[in-house]
Parts: sequence; structure tokens; C-alpha cells
Amino acid sequence: MNDAKSLFEYLLRLADSDLILAQRLGEWVGHGPVLEEDIATTNVGLDLLGQSRLWFAYAGEVEARCNGTGRSEDELAFLRDAGEFRNLMLAEQPNGNYADTMARQFYFDAWHELLLRGLTASTDARIAEIAAKALKEVRYHIERSADWVIRLGDGTEESHRRMQAAVDGLWMYTGEMFEVDAIELALIDAGIACDARTLAAPWRERVRAIFADATLAVPTGTWMQGSGGRGGKQGVHTEHIGPMLAQMQWLQRAYPGAQW
Amino acid sequence: MSREWPLWEIFIRSQHGLAHKHVGSLHAPDAEMAIKNARDVYTRRNEGVSIWAVKSSDIVASSPGEKEPMFEPASSKVYRHPTFFPMPDEVKHI
Repeated sequence: MNDAKSLFEYLLRLADSDLILAQRLGEWVGHGPVLEEDIATTNVGLDLLGQSRLWFAYAGEVEARCNGTGRSEDELAFLRDAGEFRNLMLAEQPNGNYADTMARQFYFDAWHELLLRGLTASTDARIAEIAAKALKEVRYHIERSADWVIRLGDGTEESHRRMQAAVDGLWMYTGEMFEVDAIELALIDAGIACDARTLAAPWRERVRAIFADATLAVPTGTWMQGSGGRGGKQGVHTEHIGPMLAQMQWLQRAYPGAQW
Repeated sequence: MSREWPLWEIFIRSQHGLAHKHVGSLHAPDAEMAIKNARDVYTRRNEGVSIWAVKSSDIVASSPGEKEPMFEPASSKVYRHPTFFPMPDEVKHI
């Protein structure tokens, strides 16, 4: 794979995790536990959607360098099928109850913040710029989701039980965040990508500290979904992504090029 | 104990203003969440640079029923209004 193609793949990975998680958070619109949470959670979703657009726009330009024509943000978001998506499996997991949503968000935010910090030092100036912009928003996201993990974990007996079940259930989707494949290795050597392997230790430390405050046990499972280069980043997904894409894409599929 | 989160009144200091202005209210379990919720509900369009949250129950208000004794002093006491000072035309914003 040549450099531009690898870069395009890497940008899709960044964009797709943001987009898919944004779509999941958007599903809470009108269903939040209270009005304020409804607004706050969907604000996080909108932040991620905005970030995905920046990555998609750049991905389209890089694609044009490879093929002569690059796809638009809308084409990349709405006209690819499940197997062409490069998001982490974690991002596509269903919302479940509010503890499930906040556990997913906390695992993701803690990783996302570290990743973006790393990317601000990218030798690719465009990547460094987008990462710096996104980092400002993500620093707030992690504060919020960590806060909810603590509140629900150290809340009532019922909220503790649900939060523990949520962090246990999603644990097996966290391993993929720290794996790298040949595509990323080449970009890491060039100083373009952030070496995700180096994020594992600080991520675990963050999880340990927050779970201690939340009176939650850190899951101990070592078997991880999507490891060994067969994860979301390579286009292998869980059964949840299909119905979700159907909902997200139907309008552009039924009315191609529709705008509002 | 009530299962409802308490109500908070939110005050925002805008980019150019010196004083915090009341913008509305919201529910939150404690002060920290009230600030975070206020950030999400009221400041996402660059409205402010500072937020105050005050528990609604801590605000002491005048009673609407006392409108006359409170707010309608005899208007015959014109000397209470500083309208007798000549003001040079050049002075603005007063």
C-alpha cells in the first residue's frame, strides 16, 4: 500500500469512530433521562460529528491524490457499506441504558484524549491542527463521562450494579484501541500516526483511578474482540452496525444527493 | 427526600459584559453538575466567559403582592430623580 493510501485508511479510522459514536449519541435525542442530559449528551455527539467532518474532508483530499477523484464528506459518510467502515467496534455498540452509554463514552473518551494529544505532534500539519482543535472538546467529554461513571458507580445499589455490568460488558471491545497493523506501523515510522500501543498504560491508569473513585472493579478479562488485525479498523464489525447504518443512511440512499 | 433534582438559576457573563445576567434555570443534582449543564444548555454558541449557578431556593425574592408599597413611590418627589443637572452635549452614554 502506498503512503497516500495508508494515510487515507488512517483518516477513515479517525473519522469513522467519531461519526459512528456521534450517530449512537444522536439516538438519545428526545430520550435522555432528563432534559439537561439529553442536551449535554447530544452536544457531545455534535462535537464528534464536527470532528468527523474535518477528518472526512481531509480524507477526501488524500483520496483525490491517489485516484484523481476524492469522495465528498457526504459520500464517505452515507454511501459506504458496513464492511467499508473503519470505526472501532466499541463505537458501534448499542446505547443500552444510561450506564452502558456512559461506560462506552468513558472508555472511548479516555482513549480519544490520549490519541489526540499524540496526534498534535504529528508531522502531518493538517492532522496536528485537527487534533488540536478536537482536543479542546474532548477534554470536556472525558470530564463529563468520568463524572457519570463515578456518580453511577458510587451511587445507589442499583446504579452501582448497572454501571459495573456496563463496564464489564464493554471491556472486551477496549483491546482494539491499542492495536496497530501494517498500515499504522508505516505511518508511525513516518511520524504521522500516533502509536496506539503507547496509549494502553496511561489509559489503564486513568480507568483504574476513576473506577477506584467509582467503587467499581476493573474488569480482568484478557480476551479481546477484534484483536489480531480482525477488528473494526480493518472493516470487521459486530452485528450492531448494519441496522444502525440503515437508519443513518436511508435518506441519502433513497434520495441521492438530497440536501437541506 | 425528593426524587427531583433541585432547580438552579443560571447567570452568564457575556464576552463583552461586565455583569453576570440571568439566562434561565435548569435541574442538576449538585453545584458541579449545575455548572456543566449550564455550559451545555446556555453557552454553546459563544455566549459567555463565566457562569454562576445559584440554587433557586436560596434566592430571596420580593413578593409580587407588595408591588405598590415596594415600587410605586409618590411621583411628586421629583428631587429623587437627578434630572436637574445640565448635561453638556458632548457627554455620552449617561
